[in-house]
Amino acid sequence: MQADTANQTDPTLWLLAVRDRRDRAAFLRLFEHFAPRLKAMLMRGGLRDGSAEDVVQDVMLAVWHKAAQFDPHRAEASAWIYRIARNRRIDLARRKPPPEPDVMVEPEGSEPDAAQILALGQEAALLRRALDAMSPDQARVLEQAYFEDLPHSRISEMTGLPLGTIKSRIRLGLQRLRRDLNELRQP
Amino acid sequence: MTAITHHVSDELLDAFVTGSLAHPFAVVVAAHLSLCDACRARAEAAEMLGGMLLDRIAPAAVSRGAQDRVMAALDHAPPAPPIAGSGIFPAPVMQALDGRPPKWRMLGGGIRQQILSADADGSLRLLYIPPGRAVPEHSHGGLELTLVLQGSFSDSEGRFGTGDVEIARNDIDHQPIAGPEGPCICLAATDAPLRFRALIPRLLQPLFRI
Repeated sequence: MQADTANQTDPTLWLLAVRDRRDRAAFLRLFEHFAPRLKAMLMRGGLRDGSAEDVVQDVMLAVWHKAAQFDPHRAEASAWIYRIARNRRIDLARRKPPPEPDVMVEPEGSEPDAAQILALGQEAALLRRALDAMSPDQARVLEQAYFEDLPHSRISEMTGLPLGTIKSRIRLGLQRLRRDLNELRQP
Repeated sequence: MTAITHHVSDELLDAFVTGSLAHPFAVVVAAHLSLCDACRARAEAAEMLGGMLLDRIAPAAVSRGAQDRVMAALDHAPPAPPIAGSGIFPAPVMQALDGRPPKWRMLGGGIRQQILSADADGSLRLLYIPPGRAVPEHSHGGLELTLVLQGSFSDSEGRFGTGDVEIARNDIDHQPIAGPEGPCICLAATDAPLRFRALIPRLLQPLFRI
């Protein structure tokens, strides 16, 4: 068990405790970690102090209620919470919820795939390192895209969704991002 | 189901993930993500980066009251889940339809349409094209994004089957023709009114509202 979780960040473990055991102490830790960061992100996006706090509360309550959808094979807690906050921002800007792809669910009774979770964590750690190596200017450009840009109009028979392939492809996607970040660093 | 060969571009995907994609296009991308594992994985990888940036941001102090209110609200009833997909329509399309089946409007030649939204963000519509039929030749002022939900169509850019997305820029004059295997149903977003080349369709354009 120790080895299985060694590559998961603390927030991911807290979110799993909320998902699996409705653990309020773990949720409080998630709140203490993410609420101030979400508030900072929302203020970067143009919200004032008071409204940013209102939205933080909405987002954290959604984290509590939607925790069953969190899948550690495919995301870290921070990415999953980022998505909820982004959707809430769009919702507020448009006064209408943004489109959300169908929820993918693990088949009933499936066991966690420790190797996949480990590999995702390792890939994420490499991406994090690439991010740390960026110049402040470059990081600011990324932050602007992820925190500030809002929707704008200028832009020049379903079967079960199989989960097997998506898991390995997320890692490929992370590799692509890391390669992009590393290339940015070249003068 | 044949393999998806036409995907959304990195630019569209990044704009979707960061929340900067205009609504009609976001619906098409979200619907494609419901059908395409490869693009869903790309989107989720891009969200990982968003999460890492969130982790690194300098925190802004949150009042004790906010924390107390959230902890006190945990036992409240959860909000209703978003509308789910149904039949050939993935969740984002059913959400745009408000959970109801489409109400088709005849456009002539057996072609049917339902407009899902049309405003400053662009327009979003469902199209029904009988087998072998052509949509009147048109060009665009901007970008048109078309996702096949059933059947297929072909135009100068190739063949597009279920799950495929065609990204048509303003320099393309195209005339999509539905495949022979059955009616083709598509979800299409545009950021500018279409311009039809022939006179009659051009006169009809106010009727099409596309």
